[in-house]
Amino acid sequence: MPHIAHAPILRKQRWGDYYLFTFRAPALASEANPGQFAMIRVNETPYPLLRRPISLHAKEGEAIEIFFKVAGEGTSLLARKNEGETLDVLGPLGRGFDLDIPLEGKTAYLIGGGRGIAPLFFLGCELGAKGAFVKVLYGGRTVADLPVRDKFENAGLEIVCSTDDGSSGYRGFVTALLEVEIAGRRPDVLFVCGPDPMMRACAGIAGRHKVPAQISLESIMGCGFGACWGCVHRIRRSGEAKWRRICEDGPVFAAEEIVWDEEL
Amino acid sequence: MADLTADLGFLKLRNPVLTAGGTFGYGTEFDRFLDLSELGGIVVKGLYYGPREGNRPPRLVETAAGLINAIGLQGVGVEAFAAEVLPELRRRETTIWVNVCGSDEYEYLRVIEFLDAQDGLHAYELNISCPNVRQNGLCPALNPRWTFDLVRAAKAKSRRPLVAKLSPNVTNIAEIAKAAEEAGADGISLINTLLALAIDADTRRPKLRNVFGGLSGPAIKPIALRMVYQVASAVKIPVIGMGGIMTGRDAVEFLIAGARAIQVGTANFIDPAAAGRIVREIDEFCDARGIARAADLVGTLIV
Repeated sequence: MPHIAHAPILRKQRWGDYYLFTFRAPALASEANPGQFAMIRVNETPYPLLRRPISLHAKEGEAIEIFFKVAGEGTSLLARKNEGETLDVLGPLGRGFDLDIPLEGKTAYLIGGGRGIAPLFFLGCELGAKGAFVKVLYGGRTVADLPVRDKFENAGLEIVCSTDDGSSGYRGFVTALLEVEIAGRRPDVLFVCGPDPMMRACAGIAGRHKVPAQISLESIMGCGFGACWGCVHRIRRSGEAKWRRICEDGPVFAAEEIVWDEEL
Repeated sequence: MADLTADLGFLKLRNPVLTAGGTFGYGTEFDRFLDLSELGGIVVKGLYYGPREGNRPPRLVETAAGLINAIGLQGVGVEAFAAEVLPELRRRETTIWVNVCGSDEYEYLRVIEFLDAQDGLHAYELNISCPNVRQNGLCPALNPRWTFDLVRAAKAKSRRPLVAKLSPNVTNIAEIAKAAEEAGADGISLINTLLALAIDADTRRPKLRNVFGGLSGPAIKPIALRMVYQVASAVKIPVIGMGGIMTGRDAVEFLIAGARAIQVGTANFIDPAAAGRIVREIDEFCDARGIARAADLVGTLIV
């Protein structure tokens, strides 16, 4: 059940264009699951008009964390909020990662590209608590795109990084790193969030290695709760491809359900 | 507490606040956020006879104080609506209106015929004005003759009150409204969205896959008010006004312009409890000014 909360910002952290906000929202926190998101209103005036979908990065008691990158007007306004101010938050929303699968003693690889790392911290903590062996593959263009890597280590989660320019960790795309890691140890499940081409490549790798993968899609959203039908993606279920709502039917889908080529 | 009842002649509403078709899903999506019995009514998302795919994404783009959409009326069709949604929806204590669509006159009439056989509906809103289903926003409401013919045929078929939803993309809105009135419409609702285009200057491409879409939100309110005023001055049947209503005060402006009821649209996306809040804000507006009946505001523009 989603709630609208006026949540006080407890802590604001910044690394360049990346921000991490911690806010107090007890009702939201008590119901939030990894992979879900919140719709956040960035200002009081009608421009920008719509709330912004932001995925939930962590849950700590009655507090929720969000991690985002300034990408446009909405996130730019959000980034200007300060500790002590309140956020108008609607959530939790969406169908998060499916954790109703065998996890005890299983190996899960979590692949995050850039700000796509956001939901994977919440997920990694939850998977760890369920007895899964978690390895996080965190990729960015350069080392500055990996601001929350230490957080995973501090939480006891194994993390391997990649950068396109080799400034940190493996030199190359995180998808290439995934190929290397998968050759070393085949995981039981993959969880992926990042830019579309990266997720599409991960889906292909998962398919070739016959590893089930759950992919968290992103979209502009009108409402975030299934009413406007603005955020659709092509999804094939039982042989039938349809436009399904990322906000309500997702944002997490099984890799094999996602039709990447929209021309089809 | 003011008397908020709205008498449309063909239907009495608890208050003048309805939700606009296409912005409120099939209604039950909003149970999580507000009590539908607080509303004058809800207008269910446009229904064709069969299921409909809708347009390819991107379907939405935000603009200054507005939103351009090209959803393309994706929907489940009347049979699935009657089987899966209506049994639950009709338990809500509010009036339920269906936004009726068709790709031709035959389909509009089939939809009405099917819905006429279902219990628990109160009125139809004939969607003759969606800009997103044909090239260049073509729709029946662009032409008084097309409007007259379709409304007359639909009214002859329907056992329920029928309101024609008009397009703002015309030169003379009063002429279209009069055509709908002469054809037997029980009311007029307006405005549907304004045909619009958003461009990405870097790629030189339209921001919507459909190229054009329909603009809604606060940006269009002044145009909507003007058209509601023109139509309410031209016809005797009740007018239902909409276009960028975000607050009770916005709603009151539409009543003053001549609307007997209003619809809340884009606001539902930002505040899913908006329609209920707007009911309370109309009440507060009236109370603060000693207005006993909200209906007394209707058509009171002083010029």
